[in-house]
Formats: sequence, C-alpha cells, structure tokens
Amino acid sequence: MSPLRVPVRIRKPGRLLAEAAALLVAAVVAFPLYWMVLSAFKPAGEIQSTEARPWTGSPSLDSFRRVFEQQDFGRYFLNSALVAGAVVVASALIAFLAATAVTRFRFRFRTTLLIMFLVAQMVPIEALTIPLFFLMRDFGQLNTLGALILPHIAFSLPFAIWMLRGFVKAVPEALEEAAALDGASRSRFLWQILFPLVFPGLVATSVFSFISTWNDFLFAKSFIISDTSQSTLPMALLVFFKPDENDWGGIMAASTVMTIPVLVFFVLVQRRLVSGLGGAVKD
Amino acid sequence: MTDGTKTDRKTDRTKAGRMTTRAAHLPRKGTEARVGAVPAGVRRGHPGWTPWLYLLPALVVLGGLLVYPIYQLGLISFLEYTQAQVSGGEPTSFQGLGNYSALFSDSQFWQVLLATVLFAAACVLATLAVGCALAVLLTRIRAVPRLALMLAALGAWATPAVTGSTVWVFLFDPDYGPVNRLLGLGDFSWTYGRYSAFALVLFEVVWCSFPFVMVTVYAGIKAIPSEVLEAAALDGASQWRTWRSVMAPMLRPILVVVTIQSIIWDFKVFTQIYVMTNGGGIAGQNLVLNVYAYQKAFASSQYSLGSAIGVVMLLILLAVTLVYLRLLRRQGEEL
Repeated sequence: MSPLRVPVRIRKPGRLLAEAAALLVAAVVAFPLYWMVLSAFKPAGEIQSTEARPWTGSPSLDSFRRVFEQQDFGRYFLNSALVAGAVVVASALIAFLAATAVTRFRFRFRTTLLIMFLVAQMVPIEALTIPLFFLMRDFGQLNTLGALILPHIAFSLPFAIWMLRGFVKAVPEALEEAAALDGASRSRFLWQILFPLVFPGLVATSVFSFISTWNDFLFAKSFIISDTSQSTLPMALLVFFKPDENDWGGIMAASTVMTIPVLVFFVLVQRRLVSGLGGAVKD
Repeated sequence: MTDGTKTDRKTDRTKAGRMTTRAAHLPRKGTEARVGAVPAGVRRGHPGWTPWLYLLPALVVLGGLLVYPIYQLGLISFLEYTQAQVSGGEPTSFQGLGNYSALFSDSQFWQVLLATVLFAAACVLATLAVGCALAVLLTRIRAVPRLALMLAALGAWATPAVTGSTVWVFLFDPDYGPVNRLLGLGDFSWTYGRYSAFALVLFEVVWCSFPFVMVTVYAGIKAIPSEVLEAAALDGASQWRTWRSVMAPMLRPILVVVTIQSIIWDFKVFTQIYVMTNGGGIAGQNLVLNVYAYQKAFASSQYSLGSAIGVVMLLILLAVTLVYLRLLRRQGEEL
C-alpha cells in the first residue's frame, strides 16, 4: 500500500466523490462481518426480533457460552487447527523442494511437469470426493484427521509450487555459486541459505493452504462420518441449523469463532500475500 | 542482480531478501530482461538425480492422492457401484458407457449442467466487473479510504465459505434479517424461489471472490508506468476510455489469469450452494454439478453416477485449462 505514484490530474470534487464511493463500498463489504459479530453478541431476544437493529444495547456472551458448552467446540477447534497446521507445514516443505527443483535445475520433462502442476490446480477436488472416500476407507483413515490432512496436502501442493517458483527464482544464482565456492554442500545451501531467503514466500503460500484447509467443508462432512470427536469446525457450525428453528445466535457465534483466526492470519501476512500474488500472476 | 557476488554473506542475504519481495513486484519487463541473459537461477552442468530427489515427495503425494483418485473416478464411472457393491454384497460389474447414457438421458442432468454454466458465467462476470471497477477506484483515492476498502475486502476474502454462507443467509432471512427490512420486502423468502436463491448465492460468491480480482488488478495497474496514464489523461481520455484502451490491454496477462481462476472457482462452487440452499434448494432447483454429484453419490448411494458427473466436470475444466495454456503460450510466457 505504497503512496500512489500516478500523478494523473484529477479534479478535486471527482476525487472526493470517488473517496465517498470507496468508503460506501467498504462499509457494504464489511457489513456482513459486522453483522455476524454483532449478532453473536446480541441477547437471544434481540436476534429473534423482527426489528433487526444494527446495534445492541446489552451485549451478552450467551451465544458464545452455548457454543462452547453445548457442543464439543474446543475439541473441534483443536482438530481444525491441527489439520490446518499439519497441512501448512507439510505442503510448505514439500512445495519448497519441488519449486527448487523446477526453477534451479534444467532437466528432461521439466516443462511437462510444470504444465502438469498447472493442470493439477484445475482439478475439481470436489469431484474426487468419491474415490478418495474409498481410498481412505481402504487405508482405514475414515473418521481420522489423517483423512482430512492427506488430501489437503495434495490439493494445496500444485498451487504452492506454482507460487513459490517466483520466490525461488528471485534468489540470485550468484549466491549459489558463492556458497559452492565456500564449500557448502547442496543440501547445506538448500536448507541454510535458500530456505531462509524463500521463507517470506513460504508464508504467503501458506495462507492459501491454511485457508483452503481451514475452510474445508466437503471432506470434513464426507470423511468424518460417525466419530464426531474427529469433527472440525464447519460441522460444529451446522449443528445449530435445526429443521424447525435455526439457532441464529449460536450460528453467528460459532461463525465468529471460526472466522477470527483466518482474519488475524490474513491481516498479519497481507503485505506478503499481495506481493506474492503479484509474483504468481506475473509468471 | 549480479553485483552482490563478492560481498560477504550477511549483506548478501539481506540484499537477496529484499530482492525476493521486490522481484515479486516487478512488471513483466524486468523478468524478461533477466531471463534473456542466462536462464534465471539454473545450475549449469548435469543436475543428475538431484531435481528428481527434490521432486520425489511432491510426486508421491500427488500421484497417490490426485492422479490415482482421478483414475479411480474414471474407473468407478464405468462400473455399477451402489450400496450393494460398497458393502461387498454384490460383485462390481462393468457397465461400459451405461452410466453415461443413463446420465445423458436424464433431463435433470442437462438442467443442472445448464444452471451450472449460467450461474458460473454470471458469477465470473459480476466478480470481474466489481473487482476491476474497484481496482481502478483504488488508484484514484487517497491512502485512508484506500486502506478502508482494502481491509474490508481482505475481511471478505478471508471469511471461510461456510461462515460467509451462514451470515449471508441470515442477512437475507425473511424474519430476522436486516436486508428485507431495509428494502421493505416484508417476509419475502429468498431461498424459496429458484432465481432469488441463485441470486442470493451469487451475492455471497461475488462478495468473497472479488477481493482477489481487485487486489491483483490493482497491483497490475500500479505496475503500469505512470507516463502512460499521464499521457492518456493529457490527451483528455475519459476514465472508461483509459481503462478500455490503455489499462486493459496492458493488464491482459493479469486479466487472463483472474478470469480463468474465477471460472474455475465459480464452476466448482459447492459450499455456498450446499449451505445456503440447504443441499440444492427445494426439489433440487438450485443444484449445480458439484452438489448434484455429491447428492447422487452420498445421499442416494449411486456412486457410479456421481463419478460420471465428476468426470464430466473434470473434462469441462480440462478444456478451460487447455484454453488457458494456449493463451499463456500466445503471450510468449516462459515456464
């Protein structure tokens, strides 16, 4: 978010109008999140009121209490964090190695592999739910967190490799030569020089694997069928949907708890994210 | 790029660290110049098995959990595979194209396919229009409103699809939602009618996917040399004209990427439809291919029909990808 470099002459009223429009759009875009948090804090009576006031006079933690007490919510939260954490670490390491291979070496089938990674990003993972379900069943992974971790590693890899390429490429080759002259072995260069340099890129890449894993709904629903102690957050959320009367306070409180970690993570890395995206798109 | 060779490692490291982030910002011109001299960052001499060693974990994971399932998906779509076969009660039998002919003669399939294509097209167009318009808007305003819009967009982007869906349903709830009250719609139920339900899902999809387009296109616009835009302004070009004749052509590579990404995402929409229309709407009026395949497989245990739908989706997205690759190649991208 560097200062605007384009000194195009803009008439003052025009700019003010544009700024007013931007603020209005920002308010509209932020409104759903505001409403979610607000509703989570509203007492039950106000949520079930047809008034739908955009503020509350008496914030209450009742909905949150319901979420944390009635459900095994802490457990679900932990499961979600475990799955996302495992996927982020594993896919970052694997993608780092692969990205290094395809950017710093020339070998047969290199281009073919790159195209395969690109094509793999397009595979509709939802369509693979059926074969993966049987695969997980055959390996006894149904109802375990492994059934969520393994597929998500596979599905975040192609994009992660694709995105990391730009970061690995940006490390000057001279550095590698200098390291070799100093007698550093290939693996020493890889882990002690290249890895720290590419780390910002790894963080940016991780955002995507984290989000896609954390947000996953389909696999969580399909692969964890009977053992609810292995459920993740999206499932915990759905419990509050009832056929006759949805518990909106509970739904909004659970949604808030599920959204906040991603939001925090996102804001923390947004700068790297934007620059990383620039790199991925450019290449 | 080459001047840091002889300095000690410490400065080299910080320098390169800065370069990593800076290089990502560079417009395409810079990359090409670097590529021209020596293939960037490629080790000379015979690499031997090292690259394959590095690739091994990735290839194992992708082979086992992506390629093999795709093969399985294709295989199941040719078999008779229902609850009886799953539990081992009956042997699986080869059906040839039987599942596909059953699918293609089902009018619901065609209806769902049409709905998927139209819905995805509407989502892509709306997302791109909103994203590009806001990206241009971002370049015309000062830092504070820009930050406000960026943060709001990041919030929408970061929101998980499940929670985004629940919140939007609640916003449009006929009894307790603020939107109907604001618009004076009374207790109009958005999820009851087919088109209003699709519209509701479309709002949510655009809300959570325009930020990607906006941020990416904004980064692209910032990479356009300011002289070009100044010249356009001096020549008295209008905002729309500047976008159409100057920005859009220069941003073409970026626009291609965001368009293709959007097509792929929106064609695969699952969570939003499933949560917001409660599994595909009343009598399946809001089904899209993904949800349709899921319902066929896991709700009615017709795994082979579900797989056949999956194969159809896979083929459509493969076609989109091939178009994408062709476009990339025509732009002379080096992989």
